[in-house]
Amino acid sequence: MGSNLAENHPIAFRFVLQAKDKGATIIHVDPRFTRTSALADIYAPIRAGSDIAFLGGLINYILERDLWFKEYALNYTNLSTIIDERFQDASALDGLFSGWDPDSRSYKYDSWQYQGEDVPASIAEHYVNTTESYSEKLRRLEKGPPPRDPTLKHPNTVYQILKRHYAVYTPEKVEATTGCPRAVFLKIAEALTRASGRERTGAFCYAVGWTHHTTGVQMIRAAAVIQALLGNTGRPGGGVFAFRGHSSIQGSTDIPTLYNMLPSYLPQPQAHKPHATLDEYLQSETPPTGFWNNFPKYAVSLLRAWYGDHATKSNQWGFPWIPRIVGDHSQLPMTLAIADGVIRGLFVLGQNPVIGGSNSAMIQRAFANLDWLVVRDFTETETASFWYAGKPVRSGELRPQDIKTEVFLMPGALIGEKEGTFTGTHRLVQFHDKIVEPPGEARSELGFIYHLGRRLQALYADSTDEKDAPVKALTWEYPTSGETDEPSAEAVLKEMNGFTWPDRRQIGDVHELKDDGSTACGVWTYAGVFPKDDHNQARSRRPDGPDGPGTHLGWGFAWPSNRRTIYNRAAADPEGRPWSERKKLIWWDAEKQRWDGYDVVDFEPEKRPDYEPDWSRHPKGMAALDGRSPFTMIADGKSSLFVPSGLKDGPLPTHYEPIESPVHNPLYGQQSSPVAKQWRRPDNHYHPVGDPRFPYVLTTYRLTEHHAGGTPTRSVAVTAELQPEGFIELTPELADGLGIKHLDWVVLSTLRGEIEAKALITERLRPLEISGRRIHQIGMPWHFGWEGYAKGDIANVLTSVVGDANTTMHEGKALTCNLRKGRLRPQ
Amino acid sequence: MIPDEAELTAGVKIEPGKSYGFFTDTTRCIGCKACEVACKEWNLLPADGLHLTGMSYDNTVGLSASTWRHVAFIEKISDGDGRATEMAPYQSNWLMMSDVCKHCHNAPCLEACPTGALFRTEFDTVVVQQDICNGCGYCVPACPFGVVELNMIDGKAHKCTLCYDRLKGGLEPACAKACPTDSIQFGEVGELQQRAHQRVSELHELGVDSAYLYGVPNSPGATGDLGHLNAFFLLTAEPEAYNLPAAPSRASNRVGPSLSFGLAAAAGLALAAAALFGWQK
Amino acid sequence: MTKIHRRFADRVAGFVRDWSLPRQIAGESPYSKAAESSLSQNLRPRLTEADKVGTIICPYCAVGCSQLAYAKNGRIIHVEGDPRSPINQGTLCPKGSATFGWLTSERRLDHVLYRAPYGEHWERRPLAWAMDRIAWLVKQTRDETFVDELPDGTLVNHTLAMASLGGATLDNEENYLIKKLFCGGLGMVWIENQARV
Repeated sequence: MGSNLAENHPIAFRFVLQAKDKGATIIHVDPRFTRTSALADIYAPIRAGSDIAFLGGLINYILERDLWFKEYALNYTNLSTIIDERFQDASALDGLFSGWDPDSRSYKYDSWQYQGEDVPASIAEHYVNTTESYSEKLRRLEKGPPPRDPTLKHPNTVYQILKRHYAVYTPEKVEATTGCPRAVFLKIAEALTRASGRERTGAFCYAVGWTHHTTGVQMIRAAAVIQALLGNTGRPGGGVFAFRGHSSIQGSTDIPTLYNMLPSYLPQPQAHKPHATLDEYLQSETPPTGFWNNFPKYAVSLLRAWYGDHATKSNQWGFPWIPRIVGDHSQLPMTLAIADGVIRGLFVLGQNPVIGGSNSAMIQRAFANLDWLVVRDFTETETASFWYAGKPVRSGELRPQDIKTEVFLMPGALIGEKEGTFTGTHRLVQFHDKIVEPPGEARSELGFIYHLGRRLQALYADSTDEKDAPVKALTWEYPTSGETDEPSAEAVLKEMNGFTWPDRRQIGDVHELKDDGSTACGVWTYAGVFPKDDHNQARSRRPDGPDGPGTHLGWGFAWPSNRRTIYNRAAADPEGRPWSERKKLIWWDAEKQRWDGYDVVDFEPEKRPDYEPDWSRHPKGMAALDGRSPFTMIADGKSSLFVPSGLKDGPLPTHYEPIESPVHNPLYGQQSSPVAKQWRRPDNHYHPVGDPRFPYVLTTYRLTEHHAGGTPTRSVAVTAELQPEGFIELTPELADGLGIKHLDWVVLSTLRGEIEAKALITERLRPLEISGRRIHQIGMPWHFGWEGYAKGDIANVLTSVVGDANTTMHEGKALTCNLRKGRLRPQ
Repeated sequence: MIPDEAELTAGVKIEPGKSYGFFTDTTRCIGCKACEVACKEWNLLPADGLHLTGMSYDNTVGLSASTWRHVAFIEKISDGDGRATEMAPYQSNWLMMSDVCKHCHNAPCLEACPTGALFRTEFDTVVVQQDICNGCGYCVPACPFGVVELNMIDGKAHKCTLCYDRLKGGLEPACAKACPTDSIQFGEVGELQQRAHQRVSELHELGVDSAYLYGVPNSPGATGDLGHLNAFFLLTAEPEAYNLPAAPSRASNRVGPSLSFGLAAAAGLALAAAALFGWQK
Repeated sequence: MTKIHRRFADRVAGFVRDWSLPRQIAGESPYSKAAESSLSQNLRPRLTEADKVGTIICPYCAVGCSQLAYAKNGRIIHVEGDPRSPINQGTLCPKGSATFGWLTSERRLDHVLYRAPYGEHWERRPLAWAMDRIAWLVKQTRDETFVDELPDGTLVNHTLAMASLGGATLDNEENYLIKKLFCGGLGMVWIENQARV
């Protein structure tokens, strides 16, 4: 679900087919019948954006029929945990949860906590913003296990709350909300729940089909709830797999070129949180229990790596130099800040926001407000040529001679022309070689950033201004080589791995990191990738043989600690035995008194399965987790069926309509996510619910023949010719109604803009009956633009700047639009 | 270069004197067109043009002098009673099939070639030798599958070589090596045929009664004296659905066994032409 | 004239060599061995000409397929799947199969293009000039917009006037230096990549 795996990750689909050969059932749930659907055993059509209704229906099916994996869920999840008595569920509040504050349009999290204790989030914001004494209620995590009722009878156990919450997600409601026929839904529920238990596992594969919604995080959460109930996480063949779309998008999340995190998953200090000093930051962000209790070691080691000898205990290791965020600085608001003139200069490094950014026409106009723009790519992109070829210029609204922006288009080196590592969707860090020099003035980003830094350090060398101190303090000595003075990628990787300070011995594992300044580590999750001066594990190419276990520990480096399946303690039963011979991965070796297995064990190696914390000693960190707590990044070590902290839109996945929907929410009075990030302004209007001007559902997607913004494939003839121009897909029923014939030109419109494309009429899309109304969905690939060989109008002209409350990811997968036959302008 | 790489990628050691071909199992095909791209990248074939055909996701249209793999897309979503809800295991409802030169056992193109440009290699594949081909075009109508085509630029006949150069280097043909789902399988023809029969039985057991082979002996495709096809297919719809002839026939009746005469005549002509050309320079 | 003669002689020799009739008479099949031309005889995969080969990771999606890139005289001559990888086992999708085409695309830019404010054309400028100019613009923008504290005295030490987009197509090491310089050095907070889009 949420993934068109065969088209967008064909090589990953290779393994799906291999599983099929062994008897697996492939289920594809998607608004469109795609090349993935064609290879599936069961295909379910659904309305774009209704995934939680579908998944909620599955949860209801599992609970109502008592199909959950008891031994797993009772021991490894928070199913039996008792939630605060003030908690009120969306089923009682018509779609809202307790704690809703209509003035700030946000939730207060007190009533979502465990009874009597606060539980910090495991994601990059550990600080729990509850109104009661934060530290006092957190400290209770060290005083005893969370309040539980193993009989599950207590009305506020997570189990009882789940049952109440999902009771309304009946097969009938699933059909009325998603459009998926009840019989198909039940067939899927039956097949899915069979993949559970000691002998069997099942997996969910998702991609941006889930994330590109204002409810995206909760779609993934809903799958996680199902998998935790069925016992399908941390086990071979189980999981909720994110299929990511760029070669190092996982790496650039771990080593975040993202505003809200420092490497790696440490929160970027925030002006409005208790982050003024390092002590406050560490105190408020360090959970008392679980693995994250190591937080200070990673934070201090990072500061040491960045500021070297300029970081001292007395200057808080340079912590004040780290810039504070004051709000949401992600891409969506960034484009608005450019439009508003707040941002004056922009670097675009191998990205094409004119194609991939929401509300593209707004973005193109916004770029004309920049003082300067640096675009680095292998060819001219739409972002680089906005000032003479952009939509507002072509329409006559803007003229190049009126655009002030100073634009630099700099050629970038491609794969094979530089060395370094990518981290794939499986957290696997793999090194790639340099084989040839890049052409002409093309340079790697490593070279560009390094030499830019050198120049800036020179420009600031004589400054005594305190604001310039971090530029001067930054450790920036990397060996260079060749005519282009290319810095050494391995030297950078060594710093990311970490070394002792000041004698610079590579550290071998994350456990060696310290919070006293004696270690430097740029990316703590990557500790171990370069454990010795002459050992770069990312270069390692030793696969298992045909008879090997298939974990391939000798191939590359999977963070953390070269572990292939995280939380793999759950691959063994509570007593430490493999759940079954078929599903064997790790186990407790009673003889050696340690864990062993085919993978690097994700648990303290010598912690017995029957270990109980000695609560009288107020244990911290891992010592506070018992021997049956696989989910060590979570403060109580249990999979969070119910999430007390870290989510801004509720502790349980709840179906809300997309911000733009043709129908009222069939499940609740609350129409859409109450906390979705919305920017209502003249250049970014939204369509009201059921707006008759925009009656159709539009969903955007990728094609197997093109890559993302299309630059690498539209610029290459042999891929461009496979999908040579933009198009939309629509049902024969809708086409008949509008008098549209196959390959006719049509105009799509929203309040953000209008575009034209050719129409492909296909039965692969189908009209859906939603709450008694017939709804048509239209599909459009978003790869196209005006550069390259394969051209077409930009789908993102239609989309709006609107985001998920947790991630600020846009809603390009479900919006509304209008459609008419014809062209934008008479030809 | 990895020696005998095909042993790793296809489990085959490529040796002259044996018969090699493709088994294209459409039930595993995801229509990704990796075969088309890998073929063009290896054989340095140009793009054919940028034309949105509207034929489902097929913008390649067919095999040609510069396209030696072509993925056909056939949408069969409706079953007469509205959109089908039943799905067969493996590929169904949207059929995709990677077409290629069949490297016929009795290849009509080869028989029609008067210059010996088309010949049977030591791997039992059929190849147009570009240094011999004079562009007469006799092979074009001879092919019952419409595979061979003259290139407008050099005037010569071109088609899939089953990566003749790669076979000589122990490499699996580019399309089969790239194929993400092993829809295109390369190997010894006898072994492939066995594997294919096995696969059909498995599919029948799974309820895919429509599965059959096209191009193995005594089956559709292997008609009209063609013997068998070294590149054969597993299909789940009638051949015509994939634009394949149900009963292709050998064209020798039409063109005539002209090789020996042709060779002699062409030799004389070529000698004269070369002389003329050489002296004029 | 000698050149022409030699060429003619080559042609005749080549023809005689390739002429299959003598070989047919010697008993070789007219359809196979006897018809084999010199081109066919000497055919080898071009990978054998490579003077350098390296392992690269496919630059499109995040599945992490390994590729072997072959080069000759400093130019890539082909890219195909690495059969040793447990991920792709030698296979590649249509995009991965086009890596060679991407690297050698005629649309690749090999020099810096510059568009002056209000300009109507791209101009060529030397790389070093562009680097100097960008560094100067960064410093100027930063110096004019740096904020150490908010009006209420809250420490921020940032500039809101510069932004960076991109990273998901770049190496980990490149992302590391971007974050380190832009955030840890310059105090930029608008740093984002494709992860949300």
